Amino acid sequence: MRSALPPLGSPLRILLLASSFALAGYAGVRLLSGDWLGVVLWFVGAAVLHDLVFVPLYAAVDRAVTGVLGAAGRRVGAPSTPLGQRGRTLYVRVPAVLSGLLLLVWFPLISGRVASYESATGLSAEGFLARWLLITAVLFGGSALLLVSRLRRATKQRPSSDH
Amino acid sequence: MRGPWFTSVLGVVLLGGITVLFVTGLLSYAAYNPDLSPVNDKTPDKGLLGFYLFAWPTDPPWLYRLNQGVHVTLGITLIPVLLAKLWSVVPKLFALPPVRSLAHALERISLLLLVGGVLFEFVTGVLNIQLDYVFPGSFYPLHFYGAWVFFAAFVVHVVLRAPAAVRNLRRMREGKGPQEEAGVEPEFPLVSPRPMEPTVSRRGALWLVGGGSLLLFATTAGQSFDGPLRRTALLAPHGAGDPGSGPGGFQINKTAAYRGITGRETSEEVWRLVVTGPTGSVRLSRAELLGLPLHSSALPIACVEGWSTSDQWWRGVRLRDLAALVGYEADAAPDVMVESLQRRGAFRKAALRANQVRDPRSLLALDVNGEPLTPDHGYPARVIAPAVPGVLNTKWVARMTFGDL
Repeated sequence: MRSALPPLGSPLRILLLASSFALAGYAGVRLLSGDWLGVVLWFVGAAVLHDLVFVPLYAAVDRAVTGVLGAAGRRVGAPSTPLGQRGRTLYVRVPAVLSGLLLLVWFPLISGRVASYESATGLSAEGFLARWLLITAVLFGGSALLLVSRLRRATKQRPSSDH
Repeated sequence: MRGPWFTSVLGVVLLGGITVLFVTGLLSYAAYNPDLSPVNDKTPDKGLLGFYLFAWPTDPPWLYRLNQGVHVTLGITLIPVLLAKLWSVVPKLFALPPVRSLAHALERISLLLLVGGVLFEFVTGVLNIQLDYVFPGSFYPLHFYGAWVFFAAFVVHVVLRAPAAVRNLRRMREGKGPQEEAGVEPEFPLVSPRPMEPTVSRRGALWLVGGGSLLLFATTAGQSFDGPLRRTALLAPHGAGDPGSGPGGFQINKTAAYRGITGRETSEEVWRLVVTGPTGSVRLSRAELLGLPLHSSALPIACVEGWSTSDQWWRGVRLRDLAALVGYEADAAPDVMVESLQRRGAFRKAALRANQVRDPRSLLALDVNGEPLTPDHGYPARVIAPAVPGVLNTKWVARMTFGDL
């Protein structure tokens, strides 16, 4: 009769992992010596939130954007556009990703939620939102310019059959 | 698109980058001289984790500026790489069966420490430099012990996975396709069995990740420099501009108002510096300090948060000369405990080691850039020493006690 227990796996891997856990435990009891529940929530919560909320969320948003732009492109009439669907949606997705990345990293300052920033540093907290919006404008605007120039170049290169 | 090549490239970049982050982090920890005095030590129960501590040197004077600039700027630059790497391995989270062996089960627990740890470190770091102290506890122990928990999982992950990643990259360079996953279990590939039509090429995705890193770098790195370069750090906490103009118009960590320092307690009539040593105590007014031999040093302010200023011209009394006032030979000056007027703040008391006190560039500064210190830069007197973390350059100094700590 076969055992119901899973097999052991590589002993070397088990050894390596055990020593890793020992070190993590040594640091971990110190990490948890204060507000242990808060730290556990942040530590595990970060992994769970990222893998089960953030990744599905941005994948879904990306898929929605790609889908909407693709559908719109087909309605206008795909044959007349020299760039493929995939090529054109990139001109929206790339600046959106870059702008979103800046927002993700600098959200506390951009949103103005850090009440003590001005009194602590003597600097103005006003500019962050404005600068992020301007960078976003430049990213999307630049992308639009690139798209227009590529479309024009592609149209010129195509042998004209209209006249 | 998702697949061993993408994961391997990002993995190798992170291997190098995170190693630099860990080393610069440990060096920054050592720069506080936590083994010198309890007031410098926010992690008193560190035990063996402080095994490598050493007396932090004063040369080169920009050592801490460089170390911390690299730590913070590189960390921010790596964020897109980290996010892309985590995205690329998400399918493994849902691999079936969830547990195939004891070793596999342990490795999955280790991966929780790895992913939780890396996100914990990046999130606490990114929040701390924006002064958004919402994390559960003091930054120093959280970021330091969290780094060790993460590092334990990181090392074993690298040992188990790096050989496969390097193999994949070599194979790709030789023009062969990846034959197996970036790992030891080729039966659970990263490549989707039924992939959607790719909406971007692998090379394109890598360009996007690199572009994100470049954008973050370009809008952050300037906060380690003055002048026009600082204005390029459009979104960094100490980028975009200076708090004022003129001799005192350089970056401030915490203002006098924020620390509750009043004009009265720093006035010529009220403020006295108390210097204590084996021969007793000396009380000095600012005018009396200005009557002592004054020296100049060009030194930067460099914060644990990663921002720094270029060299400022400080003028004041050498710390070693102050030690000589209370019974020491200047060349044999001991450690010193410095106390600020400020009533709260983790470093209202700070200790400097003998090598820092003896350095002729270490001053109790009275002037900066040719003018008296401004209140925000520590008027009436502040410490400035080469290569120390900014918070050890105590402002609004009230008391200095020389002696071995």
